[in-house]
Amino acid sequence: MLSLDAISSVIDLDAMRAKLDEGGCKSSSCGSSAKPDDMEADIWEKIKDHPCYSEEAHHYFARMHVAVAPACNIQCNYCNRKYDCANESRPGVVSEKLTPDQALRKVVTVANEVPQLSVLGIAGPGDACYDWKKTKATFKEVSKYIPDIKLCISTNGLALPEHVDELMDMNVDHVTITINMVDPEIGAKIYPWIFYKHKRYTGIEASQILHERQMQGLEMLTARGILTKINSVMIPGVNDDHLVEVNKWVKERGAFLHNVMPLISEAEHGTHFGLTGQRGPTAMELKALQDELDGGAKLMRHCRQCRADAVGLLGEDRGQEFTLDQLPEEIHYDPAKREAYREVVARERGDHVAAKSVAIAAVKDVVETGSLLVAVATKGGGRVNEHFGHAKEFQVYEASPKGIVFVGHRKVEQYCLGGFGEDATLDGVIAALEGVDVVLCAKIGDCPKDQLTAAGIRATDAHAHDYIETAIFALVMETFGADAGAELAPMSA
Amino acid sequence: MAFQIVASQCTACGACEFECPSAAIKFKGETYIIDPKKCTECEGAFDTQQCAAVCPVPKTCIPVKH
Repeated sequence: MLSLDAISSVIDLDAMRAKLDEGGCKSSSCGSSAKPDDMEADIWEKIKDHPCYSEEAHHYFARMHVAVAPACNIQCNYCNRKYDCANESRPGVVSEKLTPDQALRKVVTVANEVPQLSVLGIAGPGDACYDWKKTKATFKEVSKYIPDIKLCISTNGLALPEHVDELMDMNVDHVTITINMVDPEIGAKIYPWIFYKHKRYTGIEASQILHERQMQGLEMLTARGILTKINSVMIPGVNDDHLVEVNKWVKERGAFLHNVMPLISEAEHGTHFGLTGQRGPTAMELKALQDELDGGAKLMRHCRQCRADAVGLLGEDRGQEFTLDQLPEEIHYDPAKREAYREVVARERGDHVAAKSVAIAAVKDVVETGSLLVAVATKGGGRVNEHFGHAKEFQVYEASPKGIVFVGHRKVEQYCLGGFGEDATLDGVIAALEGVDVVLCAKIGDCPKDQLTAAGIRATDAHAHDYIETAIFALVMETFGADAGAELAPMSA
Repeated sequence: MAFQIVASQCTACGACEFECPSAAIKFKGETYIIDPKKCTECEGAFDTQQCAAVCPVPKTCIPVKH
């Protein structure tokens, strides 16, 4: 069988071609079997290569953001762009702002080197619709060079309605709107001011205008068949309960996905919420809200809250390899690598989806009550293929009577640096794995394994390189064995 | 009369440049600069000074002191 794992580190085109020749199936169209049964074919066609819009695609495809839109028309209490830092990973942060020409050089350079690249997004660091001239110039230039790259933007919605038709003309088929409230009284606690029609508005009036423009923009996008994702920042005590209402409103207006993200509010970021001690939610609080929203607008649970200049697969950021000083002056786009990679993925993906549906059906069959939270160390391709100590994040899945569902990720500091494990870091990893029953990884040493066991978390590398879902099904079977069919509960229970 | 930008606090977002009705603001070096000869304080164009109203950093786009 063709392994994506084998080629993902191989950026050499000849090696990729050789791998392709080994594959059994010659037609790249066999990947179409990856389409979920409950999705319209035209929607699948739009999202199948977009890592943010399809959880399944995020195992294979990469996005890049270009920071061409620094100007913003609103102030949010969770944002302060004065303190940008290369080591921070959160929205609104960039290391260098780019002109549209510089952005073009960067996108073409990345497309030549990162075959997984499928999406170019503009997510600020200000607002892509407000700083419109730069957004538009960037998309126009890049599409001339790389016609098949998907274009997407992220906006607060205030300046969205006047640009919807131009977005349509430029084939931007994915738009994200950040909507944190549908009640201006709550909005007034999140947005101190907006700048609209040459005037600064504050208080409830500001949020009332913002709310109306967001709903208008969303309705216009839906009417034109542009897929929308709604981002909501979960702010405990401010809008956490209210997001249930937001979910209803956006679902009624045709939102494709709803992405609830935890507030990031470290004091050193200098944001209003950071400075006033407003806390963000814990991983389990976030999950509880997401579970409550299940059944409303479809939830995105694989968001990594990436920077406005991120490059690579979700969960990784290769932005530092493509800073301005490293970009060539002259650019020439070579589509060969991206094309070869797509062909490999098309084949691997059909195989993965088949294995996944078998495993999910089996878990549904076997598990009657309860649930098992499994944290997976992976570096892509939908497989258990990362060492415990090298993981910068764990992807969390829940096995329950509903089958196997991706429920989120937990960021951690790498435990193993330079071959040695750090005990202090391991404590942090264990804390980040709150609520998790089992850890799956490609390899783990005895020492961290014992400490995890002491903390009530079982860790195993017995399923290294299996598909994630296949490994989880095996876990369910080996944990509950022949008595499976009764209750699925954590090992410690 | 004119407005000025406190360079040490400017984030160089550029919003003031395209909101200015008098084309008085340009990017120079690492920050935006208001040309006092061109700045009209938006008189006759808008009720409030556009650069100051859109600036994301408090007390960064301010009247020139005399």
